[in-house]
Amino acid sequence: MNVRRLSLRFVALGYLLVILLAPLGLMVWRTLAYHADAAWKAVSDPMTVHAFEVTLEATAIAVPLNTVFGILCGLAIVRRRFPGKGLVNAFIDLPLAISPVVVGLSFFLLFGRTGWFGPWLSSHGYQVLFALPAIVMVTVFVSVPFVAREVIPTLREIGDEQEQAAQTLGASGWQTFWRITLPSIRWAVVYGVVLTTARCLGEYGAVAVVSGNIEGRTQTATLRVQDYYENLSTGGIYGVSLMLAAIAVVTLILMSIVKPREERV
Amino acid sequence: MSISVKGLSKSFGDFKALDDVSMEVPTGSLTALLGPSGSGKSTLLRVIAGLETPDSGSVFIDEANVTGTRPQDRGVGFVFQHYAAFKHMTVYQNVAFGMKIRKRPRAEVRERVSQLLSLVQLDGLANRYPSQLSGGQRQRMGLARALAVDPAVLLLDEPFGALDAQVRTELRAWLRRLHDETHTTTVIVTHDQEEAMEVADEVVVMNRGRVEQVAGPRELYDRPANEFVMTFVGQANRVGDTFVRPHDLELLLEPNEHTREALIQRLVHLGFEVRVELVRDDGEPLSVQMTRDEAERLELAGGQIVYVEPTRATVFG
Repeated sequence: MNVRRLSLRFVALGYLLVILLAPLGLMVWRTLAYHADAAWKAVSDPMTVHAFEVTLEATAIAVPLNTVFGILCGLAIVRRRFPGKGLVNAFIDLPLAISPVVVGLSFFLLFGRTGWFGPWLSSHGYQVLFALPAIVMVTVFVSVPFVAREVIPTLREIGDEQEQAAQTLGASGWQTFWRITLPSIRWAVVYGVVLTTARCLGEYGAVAVVSGNIEGRTQTATLRVQDYYENLSTGGIYGVSLMLAAIAVVTLILMSIVKPREERV
Repeated sequence: MSISVKGLSKSFGDFKALDDVSMEVPTGSLTALLGPSGSGKSTLLRVIAGLETPDSGSVFIDEANVTGTRPQDRGVGFVFQHYAAFKHMTVYQNVAFGMKIRKRPRAEVRERVSQLLSLVQLDGLANRYPSQLSGGQRQRMGLARALAVDPAVLLLDEPFGALDAQVRTELRAWLRRLHDETHTTTVIVTHDQEEAMEVADEVVVMNRGRVEQVAGPRELYDRPANEFVMTFVGQANRVGDTFVRPHDLELLLEPNEHTREALIQRLVHLGFEVRVELVRDDGEPLSVQMTRDEAERLELAGGQIVYVEPTRATVFG
């Protein structure tokens, strides 16, 4: 048969195997085979449970915010003309371009004791840094692009004729959005939400700078892994890592189940 | 309901799509906007529908000034060249859309949709999705969807332009019959002069954002207002300042005082008719159309010298 096609497939699968599946598979196998008890102990530790709570809380706030923002931003960029549109379009990608550590540092500069907003906020009794607000803010920041980046090309592709047709049939702007636009881009939104969720769960660098990593208070799941790593607690590393990976995989599986067959790509 | 536009202008950047356009569409008529691409015909239709805002001028539907009215409040039915089918809805849901927006009772919606689907010959396909329909079926669904809201006027933007020739001819005839039954005031945009002549009561010829002539199909062909209409609607030979239709030239085997000598280059057989391509003795190309019987009687062949006599010619001052 076709040697070229076979070798192409081999390269593609081989790459996936080495880069993605091998480390993940090894982690699952090592956890279950050698460290099952220690891993379970680490995962059921109240401090770990709390770390997951913080992570999920930040995710639960960031994902809906960025979903709404991403859709609005996509609509504005694709369907409207306004000055500075190119700039907005470029700025959406900023969080991808900037290292999360730098993001954390810039929030530190804004909300720290000598920052722009820091003194005012602390004099009014608001604690931003080393507390949930900062964690949420940096999580929102780093996960901004994903929904917008999925929605924009889809909006371009479907064009605005269906929306115009709805208008001539008597639909208001709001009705057109809910009945025509949103259903047409729904899979782009779902995919964007999955990517956003994954990014929020996995955020480490920016959170590490602004959260203070206080066990039982501002420690997130990824910071917990770091802690276990520094304490050479193998079971802890494996347990928490596996949990994080499992949440991500379950999200992906859920999406592919919900998505109807003919629309899977 | 009549449509009337007064002094419409619209530019896209440097491009003048509409340049002081005024015209009337009488109640119950079927009017075609005919012109080459870029002539402004689609822009005019979209301005009437409210999908485009004119830079100046006004639009009246049924005597009411609707220039500032949003499309959803104009009571127009619009049919798009590329169907604009709601892809995530079934045929039934597509056609019912306008009535659902108007919150009509479910029983009424169901009855009206099935009535419309049989009118456009899509009975039995109500539960299909647009992706499962042919182009012709999709466009008929588009028409049913537009008609479902009982529009005051029906606007069609090159509705058959994306279909193949046979389906196009069928739908054209079908649209005309539909119009004869419903008498909804209809405007159809087309770049195909045959389509305009066949379907419309009245044809508005447009060019470069201006109206060149408004007339019935027959008058348009027999008494074109200017050079553009003469050459765009039907074919014409141009010799100096004179225009002659290919069938208004006679070929003779012997010269007389009205004839010019010409050389036959090619005979093109078009079924019942034959097109003869010639070059006159001064180098001007000519095209002559005659019946096959006539061509056979004269025993015409390529390379032959013949004598051309115009029976009818037009000069624009």
